[in-house]
Amino acid sequence: MDGKSDPLMLGTPELLSMYRDMVRIREFEEACPQLYSQGKIGGFLHLYSGQEAVGVGVAHAIHPDDYLISAYREHGLAIAKKVPVQAVMAELFGKATGVSRGKGGSMHMFDAERRFMGGYGIVGGHLPLAVGLGYSILYRGGDEVVVCLFGDGATNQGVFHEAMNMAALYRVPVVFICENNMYGIGTSVARASAVEELYKKSCAYETPGLRVDGMDVLAVYQAVHQAVQKARNGEGPTYIEARTYRYRGHSISDPGTYRSEQEKKIWKDRDPIPALAAYLLREEHTSQKELTAIDEEERKIIQEAIAFAEESPDPDPEELWTDVYAP
Amino acid sequence: MPEITCREALNQALHEEMERDETVFVLGEDVGLYEGSFKVTKGLLAKFGDKRVIDTPISEAGIVGMACGAAMTGLRPIVELMTINFSIVALDQIMNHAAVARYMFGGQVAVPLTIRTPGGAGHQLGAQHSHSLEALFLHCPGLRVIVPSVPADAKGLLKSAIRSQDPVMFIEHEGLYAVKGEVPAGEYTIPLGRADIKREGRDLTLVTLSRMVYVCLEAAEELAKEGIEVEVLDLRALNPLDMKAVLDSVRKTRRAVTVEESWLTGGWGGEIAARIMEEAFDDLDAPVLRVGGADVPMPYNKALEKAAIPDAAQVAARVRELF
Ligand SMILES: Cc1ncc(C[n+]2csc(CCOP(=O)(O)OP(=O)(O)O)c2C)c(N)n1
Repeated sequence: MDGKSDPLMLGTPELLSMYRDMVRIREFEEACPQLYSQGKIGGFLHLYSGQEAVGVGVAHAIHPDDYLISAYREHGLAIAKKVPVQAVMAELFGKATGVSRGKGGSMHMFDAERRFMGGYGIVGGHLPLAVGLGYSILYRGGDEVVVCLFGDGATNQGVFHEAMNMAALYRVPVVFICENNMYGIGTSVARASAVEELYKKSCAYETPGLRVDGMDVLAVYQAVHQAVQKARNGEGPTYIEARTYRYRGHSISDPGTYRSEQEKKIWKDRDPIPALAAYLLREEHTSQKELTAIDEEERKIIQEAIAFAEESPDPDPEELWTDVYAP
Repeated sequence: MPEITCREALNQALHEEMERDETVFVLGEDVGLYEGSFKVTKGLLAKFGDKRVIDTPISEAGIVGMACGAAMTGLRPIVELMTINFSIVALDQIMNHAAVARYMFGGQVAVPLTIRTPGGAGHQLGAQHSHSLEALFLHCPGLRVIVPSVPADAKGLLKSAIRSQDPVMFIEHEGLYAVKGEVPAGEYTIPLGRADIKREGRDLTLVTLSRMVYVCLEAAEELAKEGIEVEVLDLRALNPLDMKAVLDSVRKTRRAVTVEESWLTGGWGGEIAARIMEEAFDDLDAPVLRVGGADVPMPYNKALEKAAIPDAAQVAARVRELF
């Protein structure tokens, strides 16, 4: 094993790569509001800042040919799944070079090659799709798994329960991950869910439910890794609640005034990026100099992605009519 | 008359109806504390409390079904569905329950339920947040479908919708919330199903509704410069449908074009065109033509989105084909 190892058997390169991915996502997301106010990005824009440990922990716990499917707060998840950051940015610009060729936008990114099976704008709508992805794996005798991410609000949708039941019934290799950032737009979990301990919600389907600290990338990694192993071994679905926090409002147009400054501070003090940095330094995986170099490289990568998006062409006007029926 | 926005007009209607009738209550996602994602429910929670202004989970089928049950037992719920696309999540409750209960149970029960929901495109929200689905609801007997364009109509029609004994789909356009217009001071209602002429003309009738009213008015200005005087008929409702107003206008102008934002195929324009031809064929000097949105899921890219929605130039061009 390269360098130092930790109890999770992750080597230094993997740990640094996790750090890099989180920084990349944060830099990407924090560049967006300005581009939005310049009119370069349109539509809704749901940013992921604060939740990076979940996406990165998940993506590192699965293989490149495993599937990931998610809701509309998905830029960070796409990036974690190694969708090229240029293509993610170009999609926000609505350009022909975007991952969904400019037709999907912020909420609907998709990269078939990297098995990033989409962001979806209908809360809960993609959960049954995850069951189908999993069924398809069983059907074809593959050994891939599916991870399906969604928000706390989605657990109150009927399809959440339908998907949980069918997943357990057919023992599909799906790991359901609820990113509990405590709010669905302006409504807190306590005001929207009769059961606040969201990890308990799979018990009616005899699907193991567990809770993990979503601000700790290694904790997320560990939990997802185990669940993925089980799924791959034919032991069926798992449901994980990752407790996390979004730093910004629900979307770009939401100032988020329903949350107190004090509450925000408590979570920001637990920011997953400096937390991992501190761990890496303490365990002597790296030096501050190396981390700073990563930060700078990633900032540059994002600037290049913006330039790429800027210079990319709009879709051809004829694209209005393509891809609606197969030829 | 004071000038206010559509948003304010709708808000006034809600306040007034809740004051007037204590069986009226509001439920939906983020309608209370957050005051609605388009701020139409502003001030309601503060004034009426959380028994009458309910913040619900994100559970569209549950919300509509719950409202339907409450309506069946004498309350008058007003549901806000955040965007019309989400009404599809509740479509079973709307079409298989609310719309049919009165008929299916031999008239023993009414469902005085109002479902308010914003629709329409123009904000680059992509295919899961942008569609105009009024034709979907028009297709289903038992539902009223109201589609206002100006603030005064929005207020008067919403009040009538709330007082109606039928389930009403009250479809607002996201692009119109900030549009201002004169609204009469004091109490008034507008009966459901009465069209309104937004511009008089003698040469052709544009039959339209919602945001397309503005597009048609713009086209009418264009055409007037060429000597074509177009009448703009705002249906304001698809059910009840004011066919008399349509026929009266067409008999005067002898030509008609329907203009809708929604998908042209299976859209409501086809219904209107067919009825004009059935009932006023001999009065026509030309076939009825239709303008509608492109038959594609709404694209995100701004230029493509624009191309998917009818504009004034397209309407004017279609009109010119008839002269
Ligand atoms: C079916 C449906 N209803 C309502 C909405 C509007 N909406 C968009 S995001 C959202 C909140 C979702 O919260 P959550 O699932 O917790 O995810 P988060 O935004 O916190 O990531 C709502 C109500 C929607 N997109 N789809």
